[in-house]
Amino acid sequence: MIRVVLPYHLRTLAGVADEVELPLDGAVTLRAVLDALETRYPPLVGTLRDHSTGRRRPFIRFFACQQDLSHDPLDALLPLPVLTAAEPLLIIGAIAGG
Amino acid sequence: MSKVRVLAGTRKGAFLLESDGKRKTWTVSGPHFAGWEVYHLKGSPADPSRIYVSQSSGWFGQQIQRSSDGGKTWEAAGNAFVYEGTPGTHQWYDGTPHPWEFKRVWHLEPSLTDPDTVYAGVEDAALFRSTDSGASWQELSGLRNHSTGSRWQPGAGGMCLHTVLQDPSDANRLYVAISAAGAFRTDDGGASWTPINRGLRSEYIPDPNAEIGHCVHRIALHPARPDVLFMQKHWDVMRSEDRGANWTEVSGNLPTDFGFAMAVHAHQPDTVYVLPIKSDSEHFPPDGKLRVYRTRSGGNEWEPLTAGLPQQDCYVNVLRGAMAVDALDSCGVYFGTTGGQVYASADSGDTWAPIVRDLPAVLSVEVQTIP
Repeated sequence: MIRVVLPYHLRTLAGVADEVELPLDGAVTLRAVLDALETRYPPLVGTLRDHSTGRRRPFIRFFACQQDLSHDPLDALLPLPVLTAAEPLLIIGAIAGG
Repeated sequence: MSKVRVLAGTRKGAFLLESDGKRKTWTVSGPHFAGWEVYHLKGSPADPSRIYVSQSSGWFGQQIQRSSDGGKTWEAAGNAFVYEGTPGTHQWYDGTPHPWEFKRVWHLEPSLTDPDTVYAGVEDAALFRSTDSGASWQELSGLRNHSTGSRWQPGAGGMCLHTVLQDPSDANRLYVAISAAGAFRTDDGGASWTPINRGLRSEYIPDPNAEIGHCVHRIALHPARPDVLFMQKHWDVMRSEDRGANWTEVSGNLPTDFGFAMAVHAHQPDTVYVLPIKSDSEHFPPDGKLRVYRTRSGGNEWEPLTAGLPQQDCYVNVLRGAMAVDALDSCGVYFGTTGGQVYASADSGDTWAPIVRDLPAVLSVEVQTIP
């Protein structure tokens, strides 16, 4: 199981109040988490990754275990504490503007 | 008794303002989609319960929301606006080629006859259509692929397709306006398009007959006389008698040559409203006075409408999508400001009063007249 924390506006869009738990086990990548998120919550499609290019939107950041994973390859394995659900994957709207 | 619903899109959400036909007291619902930019929301003329919303964010991109109960509840619709084929390039500000990149939906235009069909005008300029209530979107790519498309350039607000008009006498005829490419018409349902900018005068364009490159801010028509178009341009107010083929200036005695918003009276095809703004450099009303101007003769002769509007120290702007009319016997006129006020007149503009004063900056105003 993977725990994911969404930013406020995406929690609203997905209709969830709190942390999301995704039934993914084993060698899980960031791509697998994003795919699972979008499958379970279709309104999130296009909010994290560009529809056309599949690239991370510029003001979206991925953090876990005090590391910035934003520039890691999408197919890299997530850190072990995330894979064991000891730590959540944090999806952050970059601090910019108002 | 008829009811009026004003749909206000703002920098921080959408608001629904409702009143009975007297239009004296109003209820305010919102913010819907709090914290998101709502560039535009509009109801279906065929089914007033159906409302489409453009909800966007610099962080999270574009969402389309849809209501089937008059704005009581919403559901997310499709948000994949993917240009057809390889998009190619348009001109960037510095004149270099720049790839077409989708940024947001500026304008949603529900079909006059089918509540499940809706057009979307987007930035970078293109027109999309959905025939399944917004679930999926297909580009009408004949517009972007027009032979002039590679020479279109953005205006200061981006290269946006901000206005879509439907000809009620011919379902295959649409008009669109793009900043800063100009106005275009299709007579075949969007397959092919013709620039309709002859007669427009734009400073700094050396060719007085330039086919494109004009910063059209708004176009409008009256459904009973759809061959006649009105235009608020970066410079001047214009009128066309022939579906945009030729334009003549009707600015007349307006106090400035600049403005954004425009609307046509619901029952009088020659009664038109504009809101002059002082110059492209300052973007606020001249002399600190918020004045709507009305012509009853299709242009040239304009009268200021000031009763109930601030006549000193007013420095708000009124954006291109932020003026609309209702269809009651005594036509109501509405506009919203960047200062967060939405003003209403229940007597064709003779007198005004604010419905609300302190919304976020208003980006668009639409009105539904509900039997």
